[in-house]
Amino acid sequence: MPKAELELLKREVAKLERGSSPSASARFSTGVSDLDDSLGGGLSRGALHEVFAQGMLDEASAAAFVIGLALRASGSAPVLWVRQDFVGLELGEIYAPGLAELGLSPERLILVRARDGPAVLRAGEEAARCPPLGAVIIEPWGNPKSLDLVASRRLMLAAGRSGVPLFMLRAGGSPLPSTAATRWSVKSAASTLLEAEAPGHPVFEVSLMRDRAGSMGRNWIVEWNRDARTFIPGATALAADIARTSGSPLSGGVVPVSPGRPHSQDIPDRRAG
Amino acid sequence: MKGASRIAAISRQARQAGLAPGITLADARARIPRLWVEEMDRQADLALLEAIAEDCDRVTPIIVADAPDGLLLDVTGCGHLFGGEADMRSKLSQRFRKAGLSVRTVIAGAPDTARALARHGRIAIVPAGGEAAAVRSLPIAALELDPKDQIAISRAGLKTIGALADRPSALFIARFGEQMTVRLARLQGRAPSPLTPRRALPLLWAERRFPEPIGRSEDIEATLAGLAEEVCALLHERREGMRCVEASFHRADGAVRRIAVETGRGLREPAVVMRLFRERLDALADPIDPGFGFDLVRLCVLDAEPLAMLQPGLDGHALEADEIANLADRLSARFGQERVLRFVAVDTHDPDRAARTVPVLMEAPASVIWMKPEESEPPLRPPLVFDPPQPIAITFAEVPDGPPRAFRWRRLEHRIVSHEGPERIAPEWWRETPGEARDYYRVEDVEGRRFWLFRTGVYGGDEAPRWFLHGAFG
Repeated sequence: MPKAELELLKREVAKLERGSSPSASARFSTGVSDLDDSLGGGLSRGALHEVFAQGMLDEASAAAFVIGLALRASGSAPVLWVRQDFVGLELGEIYAPGLAELGLSPERLILVRARDGPAVLRAGEEAARCPPLGAVIIEPWGNPKSLDLVASRRLMLAAGRSGVPLFMLRAGGSPLPSTAATRWSVKSAASTLLEAEAPGHPVFEVSLMRDRAGSMGRNWIVEWNRDARTFIPGATALAADIARTSGSPLSGGVVPVSPGRPHSQDIPDRRAG
Repeated sequence: MKGASRIAAISRQARQAGLAPGITLADARARIPRLWVEEMDRQADLALLEAIAEDCDRVTPIIVADAPDGLLLDVTGCGHLFGGEADMRSKLSQRFRKAGLSVRTVIAGAPDTARALARHGRIAIVPAGGEAAAVRSLPIAALELDPKDQIAISRAGLKTIGALADRPSALFIARFGEQMTVRLARLQGRAPSPLTPRRALPLLWAERRFPEPIGRSEDIEATLAGLAEEVCALLHERREGMRCVEASFHRADGAVRRIAVETGRGLREPAVVMRLFRERLDALADPIDPGFGFDLVRLCVLDAEPLAMLQPGLDGHALEADEIANLADRLSARFGQERVLRFVAVDTHDPDRAARTVPVLMEAPASVIWMKPEESEPPLRPPLVFDPPQPIAITFAEVPDGPPRAFRWRRLEHRIVSHEGPERIAPEWWRETPGEARDYYRVEDVEGRRFWLFRTGVYGGDEAPRWFLHGAFG
C-alpha cells in the first residue's frame, strides 16, 4: 500500500478513535452485566472484535460464542458470514439446523465461501460497509499473511463507518498485531446438567485478552440462553444451587475464575497434539 | 464419395479455369496439372466461420451461422452507423478482403433472399420490397431442393425461379410437396424465415464506436458508465430491471472479449451496475487486454424482469433489502455466484440432507420452514458438522450396546461425563441408497466439550458397530 494512502488511513482511524462517528461509539450488551460493565457498557457496535479458541477442540465454542454476540448485536437484521474453505474441512461445515438451535434462523444468514485469506478479508470489508447488515462474521484460517495491521485497520474503519459489528473468528490462528477493539479467547466449559444427566445449555469460559478501552485479563463463565437470545452468567451445578438456596438473582451467580490461569494471556500451540 | 476424392471448394481463379465443386480430384488434375489442393478440414472451417461471426458482431449482435460457409446478419437499423447500407456493405467486404477472405455480400429485406443472392446471384443490395423481382433470374438450384426434384423441374423446362413463380403453385404442391412453395415464398420475402442466432439475443443494448480505438482503463470505464446509463434508461421505459448483462469489448484486430454479470433481482441503477462491473473486471484472473485498442464497446441486456417504479424514501425496509441484494450481487460478481450462498431447509429426518445451500442469486426455491427449537431445550443439533462424519474409537463403554464412556478422536482421548440418547434416526428406505440406521448421542466430556456422536450397526451382528463423531456443539 502506498505511503500516502496509509497516512490517509491513519488520519481516518484517528478521527474515528476520537469518536467523531456516532455509530462507532454505540454499544451492545452481552446480557451479563458484570462483563458489560467492565467493557464500559458492552461491546462497541461499529468495531472489529477478534475471537480465538483456546484449543482446537474449543473452535466450536468460539463459533457459538460469536453467533451469540452476533445475535445480541443484530436484532433481526441479516448476518453475513465469510468463511475460508479450509476452515470447513478442518473444523466442520456450518450446519443450518444447528444455527437454528442457537437462535440464528438460517434464512437470516448469507454465507460467503472464500478461497483464501485475502478473499476473506476483501469480502469481509465489503460486507462491513453495508449498514443494513446486523453483523458480519469473518473466519480466515490460521494466520494469513494478508492479515496485517493495515488490513485490520481497514476492517475497523469499514465497521466504524457503517456501525456494523464485525467479528473475526481466528480459527486455527494465534494473536497478531491488530487494531481490534476487543480480543477474546473462548474455551468450552462444563454445562449445568439437565434431567437424567443430559448435557445442558452451551457454557463458555471467555477471557478478555485485550480491550482498547483498558480492562483486560479477566475471565467469565457465560451460558447462552437461546430462548431469551442472551448470555447469562454461567452457573456450575454447585453455584446454581447456591444461587437458588440463597435466593439471589441469577446475575449474582457469576463464578469468578482465578485470573492466574495460564490460558488467560497466551494461547498455547494447538497443533502440537 | 464412392472412394474418389472430390473438389469441395475452389478459388476464383480455379473457377475461371473451368473447374467446379463436385468434380473428382483426378479429373481436376487432368485438366490443370499444377492444381494446388488442400485436404478439407471441416473443424478448421467451422472455427474460421465462428471467428468471422465474432468479428461481424461489431455490426450487429444478431448473427446466424450458416455452416459451412455462410453468415446471416440482421442489420436492421444498423446502416446509419456506417453511413448507409451501401457503405456498411463495402466496409465489411473490405475488412474481409484485407484478411484474405473472398466474400459475397448481399443486403436484402429477407434472410433467404440475401442468402440465395449471395450464393447464386449478382445483385448486392435489394431495394425494400424488391425481393421477388431480385430472385427471378436465379437458377432453380437456389431453392436447394433434393437433386432429383431439381432435375425433375429442369426437365419440365423451368430454369429460373422467375419461371417457377409464374406458374400456379398448386401444380408444384401436388408434385413436390408443400416444402417447395414455402422455400419459394421465403426467397421472395413473402414468408418469414425462422432464424436461430448463435448466441442469446439481447433484449436491448447500447454501444459506442470509436474511430480512434480506446485502450486506457479510465476511457473504458467512462464508456461503460455511459452505456450503463443508456441501458438503464431503456429499461426504465420498459419498466424492467436487468437480471443478466454482458459487456463486449471489440478489439480493432477482431478479437472480442465478453464479460457477463448476473444480479439477484431486477436492476436499473447505472451506479450499481458499474460497481458490479468493477468487481467483475477487478477479479478477472486474465484481465481484458485492449491490445491496440477497442473500437467498439457494447452493453447488452440478456435477461430482465418487470420492475415497478422505485419510490425512494417511502419504504426504508425495501431500501435496506436492496442494499443487501446489491452487496450479494457484488460479492457474486467478484467471487462467483456459487460462493455466495444461503441455506434452504429440506423436509427430511436425514441429518445429512436437512439443509442445503443455494446461490443467493438463484430464484428462491419452494422451501420448507426451519424447525423451531423446543423451548428450554439445549441445542439438539450442532452448529458445525463434519462431512463426512469422523470415525472414532470407543475406548470404554460399560455395556456393549450402551452409551460410550470414553472415545478417541484425532489422537486425543475424551472422557464422557454426561450423555443423552440414543436418538434413533432411521434410514429413508425409499431412497436408492438408504444407508444405515443411526443412533445419535449428545455427549459432554470432562473438559466441557459437547459432541454429536452416532453409531451404525448392531452389536452381535456380522460386523461390529462403528462409531462416528458427526459434529461439535458450542
